[in-house]
Amino acid sequence: MSDPHPTSLAEQLAARFGDTLTISKVRNEVTAELAAADLIAVATALRDEPAFRFSELIDLCGLDYLGYGQTEWETDTAGGDGFSRGVEGQAMGRFDWAGRPRDHNEPRRFASVIQLLSIEHNRRLRLRVFCADDSLPVVPSLTLIWPGVNWFERETFDLYGIIFDGHPDLRRILTDYGFVGHPFRKDFPLIGNVEVRYDPEQKRVIYEPVSIEPRVLVPRTIRNDADLVQASAEAADKWREN
Amino acid sequence: MQEIRNYTMNFGPQHPAAHGVLRLVMEMDGETIVRADPHVGLLHRGTEKLAESKPFNQSIGYMDRLDYVSMMCNEHAYVKAIETLLGIEAPERAQYIRTMFDEITRILNHLMWIGSNALDLGAMAVFLYAFREREELMDVYEAVSGARMHATYYRPGGVYRDLPDHMSKYRESPWHKGNDLKRINSWREGSMLDYIEAFTNDFPSKVDEYEDLLTNNRIWKQRTVGIGVISPELAQQWGMTGAMLRGSGIAWDLRKKQPYAKYAEMDFDIPVGVNGDCYDRYLVRVEEMRQSNRIIQQCVKWLKANPGPVMLKNFKVSPPSREEMKEDMEALIHHFKLFTEGYCVPAGETYAAVEAPKGEFGCYLVSDGANKPFRVHLRAPGFAHLSSMDTIVRGHMLADVVAMIGTYDLVFGEVDR
Repeated sequence: MSDPHPTSLAEQLAARFGDTLTISKVRNEVTAELAAADLIAVATALRDEPAFRFSELIDLCGLDYLGYGQTEWETDTAGGDGFSRGVEGQAMGRFDWAGRPRDHNEPRRFASVIQLLSIEHNRRLRLRVFCADDSLPVVPSLTLIWPGVNWFERETFDLYGIIFDGHPDLRRILTDYGFVGHPFRKDFPLIGNVEVRYDPEQKRVIYEPVSIEPRVLVPRTIRNDADLVQASAEAADKWREN
Repeated sequence: MQEIRNYTMNFGPQHPAAHGVLRLVMEMDGETIVRADPHVGLLHRGTEKLAESKPFNQSIGYMDRLDYVSMMCNEHAYVKAIETLLGIEAPERAQYIRTMFDEITRILNHLMWIGSNALDLGAMAVFLYAFREREELMDVYEAVSGARMHATYYRPGGVYRDLPDHMSKYRESPWHKGNDLKRINSWREGSMLDYIEAFTNDFPSKVDEYEDLLTNNRIWKQRTVGIGVISPELAQQWGMTGAMLRGSGIAWDLRKKQPYAKYAEMDFDIPVGVNGDCYDRYLVRVEEMRQSNRIIQQCVKWLKANPGPVMLKNFKVSPPSREEMKEDMEALIHHFKLFTEGYCVPAGETYAAVEAPKGEFGCYLVSDGANKPFRVHLRAPGFAHLSSMDTIVRGHMLADVVAMIGTYDLVFGEVDR
């Protein structure tokens, strides 16, 4: 989103909060990273101080950085031995519940990302809070600052298992009653865990392990070449007409 | 003395006024609500997780199915996020087309809303009239994309194809014949833009008809005036956007404040409410339909005068034409790569928001440089609005909950995602 006075916001934040925030600015979007312990103090200041006045919390969501930058297709080498570039990948479409990857120690796996909006100054700001402990990710709840964050935090708890300390009613919200696991984590299989159907003999709805096989149609590929630049240069070159 | 107890009452998920699959558990003191606990997620499909498992372009169709009465606005947010990360911009004509279709979508959405909200509150006729116009606009969707609802029309780098130069006509049948057939086909003689122009010339009189039925209707006012009052402070605390915020008197509209596509060039007004009740939000939405109509007229005028490309000629994101594919090996390769592997989006993150008919629809996109998104989060306006239900309906009567569900303009495709 375009920001009418972007430099000033990044500068203002740096001047006001100093080392508490790690500020980055890409394409007029300001992102500030901070520690969970500072979140409440910073958020209160951002809402109340006249220079910021972020009166609305637009969005809060979880992020699981497990497998960030992993690919399933080799792009650096182009050998003469045909289709041998497939790499053993662990994308979530490739495993089922029993075979889900379990021993991984990514540092700082879970984060909670907050989008703020200041109606008075017409500005946006993104906050990112990493959870210190991956086995028990905890972030302080913002419900006392922006009550509207209530459901967003419930959703993030439901889908990522991030616990919001101080939330008044941290229940699951989107998944089924009695659901097991946190489905948006990268080590949760895409096909899920159980499937549900009506059993005419028992005359009730029953849960069974999923019967479908995990599969991936298109491998995950990262290409660092200048595809886009090259393509626009090609178009400008009018080589087709030559 | 007689003992008085509160009752817990279940509302939905199968209830005509639940607008889909809302389940409400309410604690009642007689007819008065003490606590309302909405249970959502009955329509949860994991759209965001599915999007992580597919190349970027293959998820555009999922966006239509989120808020399934404002389809193209959802696509717009997603496509805009991808374009930001790719660093590309759609050609000017495509941006005008997007602006026009965003507004057609807004009218479609508001027609659905006015019909169903009135139906919930006991006015049957509005629904029938609103669907008459909705049908005409659905035909526009169909003409341009082949689908009446789930269009998948916006693509990164532009729109799928240019506007067609004819509209399909009704054929003679036992139900449509003679002068009647001639009348319903009269708009459809020229191009699609002619058809839309005819529609926009006619539409204000249709909005007058809805207003005749509702604006001064005594029952309508009794059901909406002073019901569900939201103060500007409350609206901001609960993350409200769109008509919910404007109904409370805050002139906030992304089309004006953070313009995208071609809204900066458009001449239109933002209606705001005064009291923040259901009636004010009704008036705001009705006026928005008139303003959308104005924007469409301006777009039609520009589009008629300015032909041009509607898609970037960048074969890494947009497919080459069929003719080129038959002659040119490069084009064939590009086509194959684009429809199998897709394109890689540079690593980074962005939040793209559009003013969808229901409020701010946002797409937070994180890419790690791959051909599939690393994380897509869709910020649905209805989700934020519905979360305030408990605070707002406390102390209201049971029947007012239905008025409130209507005024939130809920669609569970986007709330549950």
